[in-house]
Amino acid sequence: MLKYLLPLLLFIVLAIFLAVGLRLNPKDIPSPLIDKPAPAFALPILASPEKTLKQSDLQGKVWLLNVWASWCISCREEHPLLLQLAKQNLVMLVGLNYKDEAQAANLWLQKLGNPYNVSIMDSDGRTGIDYGVYGVPETFVIDKRGVIRYKHTGPVVPGDLERIFLPLIQQLQAEAA
Amino acid sequence: MKNWLFCILLFSWPAFATVEYRDFKQPEQEQAYQTLISELRCLVCQNQTIADSNADLAKDLRRQVYEMLQKGQSKQQIVDFMTQRYGDFVLYKPAFNLKTGLLWLGPALFLLIGLITVIIVVRRIKTAKHPALSKAQQTRLNAILEKGNED
Repeated sequence: MLKYLLPLLLFIVLAIFLAVGLRLNPKDIPSPLIDKPAPAFALPILASPEKTLKQSDLQGKVWLLNVWASWCISCREEHPLLLQLAKQNLVMLVGLNYKDEAQAANLWLQKLGNPYNVSIMDSDGRTGIDYGVYGVPETFVIDKRGVIRYKHTGPVVPGDLERIFLPLIQQLQAEAA
Repeated sequence: MKNWLFCILLFSWPAFATVEYRDFKQPEQEQAYQTLISELRCLVCQNQTIADSNADLAKDLRRQVYEMLQKGQSKQQIVDFMTQRYGDFVLYKPAFNLKTGLLWLGPALFLLIGLITVIIVVRRIKTAKHPALSKAQQTRLNAILEKGNED
């Protein structure tokens, strides 16, 4: 009996592993930055490049860092959801305009609407490297103490706001600074 | 026909060298650069190193490695810099730790399981070919050997 059961059991175990493996998203790489302080930056503001925004300026606020670019196709996909989030005025939305040109970026915002409280320009992608960005769009949730609490790789899709972002933002807003 | 061949030729790209020219003062630094870029994974096209990949991110990471070497930082410092941002996944040669233990020991473990299975199977076949004699059979055999033949 065991002679026949053993191979069957082995097969089932292997099949389960393969089935789970097929469902995993290889693009979803766990970020080592979760629960670490958000890397510092001081970058020019897209709307008025003579001014800079520093990471430390945002201390004491819950904020979202959304990495976007005018050349990024999936950014268009998530854009309506960001606009929807901005309308609710629950959280500060900072755009990291990644490896883009100011003119193209401004045009993009004019055409599709601007959900960001402020966008900063990371023209050579160095801040992107500090944040471990590898697939635009990416969205980070940062708490009042300046700690990264969540990272979303790829576009925010319908349902993500209700399921992930809104509860997390609510929780972080309730935390002490 | 000729036109067709020409069209096909248009689409056959030569193998461009993706790595840009870098100037190094010391050969050791260049050596370190080559080793590092062939051991760091490009996270956009995940099965390529940043040396192989033409992706924008790979270019940026090569630049980062070059600049850090120019500043006199060690290989370990650069590897740490990358893993702090991208995790162990960025390393083609992941460090040996609790998380990656199965990855490193897995092949040896499977080899061991295979060896044990082979040993067990071979032993079984041997005993099946030469089954041990029962006590009665053994005494009968001894009797035959003594007498020279069975009546």
